[in-house]
Amino acid sequence: MTSLQELMGSAFLPVWTLVKILVIVVPLILCVAYLTLAERKVIGYMQLRIGPNRVGPLGLFQPFADTLKLLVKEIIIPAGSSRFLFVLAPVLSIAPALVAWAVIPFSPGLVLANVNAGLLFIMAITSMGVYGVIIAGWASNSKYAFLGSLRSAAQIVSYEIAMGFALVGVLMAAGSLNLVDIVNGQKGGILYWYWLPLLPMFIVYFIAAVAETNRAPFDVAEGESEIVAGFHVEYSGMAFAVFFLAEYANMILVSTLAVIMFLGGWAAPFNVVPFTYLPPLFWLVSKVACVLFMFLWLRATFPRYRYDQIMRLGWKVFIPVTLVWLVVIGAIMQTRFGYLVH
Amino acid sequence: MTFETGVFYFFSTVLLLSATAVITIRNPVQSALFLVLSFFTASGIWMMLEAEFLAITLVLVYVGAVMVLFLFVVMMLDINLARLREGFWSYLPLGGLIALLLVVEMILVLGSRNFGLDHFSQPVAHGPGYSNTAELGMQLYTTYVYPFELAAVILLVAIVAAITLTMRRRRGTKYQNPGQQIHVDRSTRLRIVKMDVEKSPPVTEAKG
Repeated sequence: MTSLQELMGSAFLPVWTLVKILVIVVPLILCVAYLTLAERKVIGYMQLRIGPNRVGPLGLFQPFADTLKLLVKEIIIPAGSSRFLFVLAPVLSIAPALVAWAVIPFSPGLVLANVNAGLLFIMAITSMGVYGVIIAGWASNSKYAFLGSLRSAAQIVSYEIAMGFALVGVLMAAGSLNLVDIVNGQKGGILYWYWLPLLPMFIVYFIAAVAETNRAPFDVAEGESEIVAGFHVEYSGMAFAVFFLAEYANMILVSTLAVIMFLGGWAAPFNVVPFTYLPPLFWLVSKVACVLFMFLWLRATFPRYRYDQIMRLGWKVFIPVTLVWLVVIGAIMQTRFGYLVH
Repeated sequence: MTFETGVFYFFSTVLLLSATAVITIRNPVQSALFLVLSFFTASGIWMMLEAEFLAITLVLVYVGAVMVLFLFVVMMLDINLARLREGFWSYLPLGGLIALLLVVEMILVLGSRNFGLDHFSQPVAHGPGYSNTAELGMQLYTTYVYPFELAAVILLVAIVAAITLTMRRRRGTKYQNPGQQIHVDRSTRLRIVKMDVEKSPPVTEAKG
């Protein structure tokens, strides 16, 4: 390492950071690819089918076949569209989904940027993802796409408030915006994780996360039975695939955040020997996988929400619930039972 | 020129260009998107000033929420540009005069006489462990707690006022009450009737 550092001189830091970014992004893209396969398999089994099983053993090469197919397809740009924005929209939706990983800690010490205001940074970056959807809908110059983007904009802005309040609860319990500190605040096993003292917020966060990522049953932005494919109806080939990639990368991101903030991050569920032998990364990944499975399960189980009911749930149920629980936590912290929420 | 100065000039150039584009570009949606870009670059400049809390909040609030709603409205407007530009030349002298006046006033107040470099000491550079957020929160909730609470109350009043001004109860809307909906049980919707599967065949006497 040090000899490498001497060899490259001042170019060492940028190159080394670039290597670290690649080490995060490449597995992430692979995870996204296999999440699409997992989704088709899981939903298949839930509906008594076997899902894709032709390409490779057990259908394991299906994601690569899909990618190849989308890569060779033509990207059609509609004649009346705003050309530059039409191409920019997929980029704007994938970029925040990748940038947010910069501050996510994977295990103790394994984080690209351990910034103080990590939680705030993630909220700011993920709130920019909606621009991809809005711009795609507007630039397509299509009624369906436009309807989809308007629905998505209203939905994401509404649920972001509830999600933000849920995160405020976490930062009150942890006393820090730093994600590493938040995980360290949950040491001591499954009963010390924040899901217990912040149970209403955990539920609100999870459901709001499903809504933020435009996943079923909140997928009115796509709503294929109502508005064809919503905001990406005019996209084809790799431009469409990038939207897809962004959706799944966002799913993994919000699941990882849920694990870090409410489910103890990389901590083992029980502080006894067989559990503590396993590496921290294993616990983080397996918890994220469980949360992701919940996403797929929800999609296979529930029919799509009606639009006005989505708005009602967000504004009239979630925001009051989180506000009340914030007051409850604040009050408990002032009593001698304050240790319960820390 | 150090790396940081280069970054600063880059951000400033992008900020000025995008701010100019906001008021010169014809299409209102593209103009709003340029405003987003200028917010974002402004936040970058704040980040360089080590004001990371303010920088991130600028992105979170203005880029993430306010501009989304703004775009939402602008996209649905049907703006006739030819009519908007009608009478541009007749308004130009008066408009130009007011703009000039504003610029002169701003130069008088914000010029280097009042806000020059020699009026302010160089801010102390902080180490990596320094938390801007905690410092700001401490100031807001101790020294400035009354102004802060007052501002919050004013905002709350504004919200209540906006809702009461725009809310109107319309008669005849087919609004569903979710409370009623979930309290529906089987007995109000479904009646099970016991009946034979098929009609009993007419009795015929066996012959022979």
